[in-house]
This record gives sequence, C-alpha cells and structure tokens, in this order.
Amino acid sequence: MSDKKLAIIATKGTLDWAYPPFILSSTAAALGYEVQIFFTFYGLQLLKKKLALQVSPLGNPGMPMPMAMDKWFPVLGTAIPGMQSIMTMMMKNKMKAKGVASVGELRDLCHEAEVRMIACQMTVDLFDLNPKEFIDGIDFGGAATFFEFAGEADITLYV
Amino acid sequence: MADFDQELDATGLNCPLPILRAKKALGGMSAGQVLHIIATDPGSVKDFEAFAKQTGNELMESKEEGGKFLFLIKKV
Repeated sequence: MSDKKLAIIATKGTLDWAYPPFILSSTAAALGYEVQIFFTFYGLQLLKKKLALQVSPLGNPGMPMPMAMDKWFPVLGTAIPGMQSIMTMMMKNKMKAKGVASVGELRDLCHEAEVRMIACQMTVDLFDLNPKEFIDGIDFGGAATFFEFAGEADITLYV
Repeated sequence: MADFDQELDATGLNCPLPILRAKKALGGMSAGQVLHIIATDPGSVKDFEAFAKQTGNELMESKEEGGKFLFLIKKV
C-alpha cells in the first residue's frame, strides 16, 4: 500500500464546500494515504457536532437555479429572504435523490479511516467558539502544527 | 460470471461511496478472495481501475450489464 500523505486546509463553512475536503480525505484514506485536515475560519463549522451547513445562491452565478429563477430574478432574486433555506433544502433533496452521501456521513467515514482533524485554535478563540460543540477526537493546533505534517505531505490542498 | 466470495451492492450510491464501501468490504476479507461489486455510478468504472492500481488489489473484471457496472476485485 502507499505511504503517501495528503494535507488539506478547509476554510469554508457552506454545504457545497464541505464536500471537497471530506470526499478527498475519505477516498485518499481508502487508497492508503495518511490524511490530515486543518480546519480554519469558516471551515470550523464542518467540525460541529450539529451540522447546520447551508448553501447560498447569493454571489454565486455558477449555481443552477430551479425554474429558471435566475433568469427572472437576476442577482436580486438570490437575496430574497428565505432563498438560502430554500436552496439548501433543494440541494439536500437533490443530493439524497442522487445517492450523494451527506456531509455527516462522509465525516464519519473520515473518522473511521483515521483521518486526523485539527481545529485552528486561533480561529476558535477569535470567534469565541465553544470546543464542546465540536465532534470528539479532534485536535487543536496552529499553523506550526499544520506544517509539521504538511511539510512531509505529497499533496497539499487549500479548500 | 466468475466465482466470488462476497458481494457488495453499491447501486444508487455516488462517488466516493462505492469505493469506500468496497475498501471496507475488502478489509474484512482475506487475501486471494474475490469481491463482486454492483454499481450504477458511471464514474465508478474509472474509479475502480484507479483504486486497484493504487491499492494493489487486482481488478479481474469490469463490465456493464443492463445499465449496471459490475466489478470483480481480488484482494491482494
């Protein structure tokens, strides 16, 4: 088996951007990689026990909108109150229908595969986040902690 | 269809679940045993090739049958 290493920095806390770190980490682990993810800034949302991730059509012209909404309500339509919840619900339903794993499921698989997850201590302090809200089995550290592993990684990604 | 020791139904599952489930199933098998995987994700064809190449497990067969993708993987 390979003894390769993958290091990822996860910086985004939206439903859509939660996927790349967890899909790549779980797959890499299945391929025999040793994997570490460093969660910083909004990426810390991905470590919460209770995931409340949303996807926003606001400022995202690449997002396919249902019923050609983007055609009838360009830009401003995406800012209508409630639009974010609607889009999040629709995205979740679509993912379920297409057999795409939930973020929680992928995160569990990463955990099972011993993917090491590190929460950025500085951001935890900055946003006054409560470490008790995070899942068990994670570590807290800083930039130097990331480099300790990333310095020897074969692949390093910033998501 | 060649013989196999265990079967994994990954129909309806999308990337990367078929690979992850296969990895888990292989983990519980012994060397030389064969896993039969049934998937519907078209991406799984290339993915199982890549999986076999990187893990050393042998992809003995890969074929499409009635809209389903069937794989035989022998555990290394």
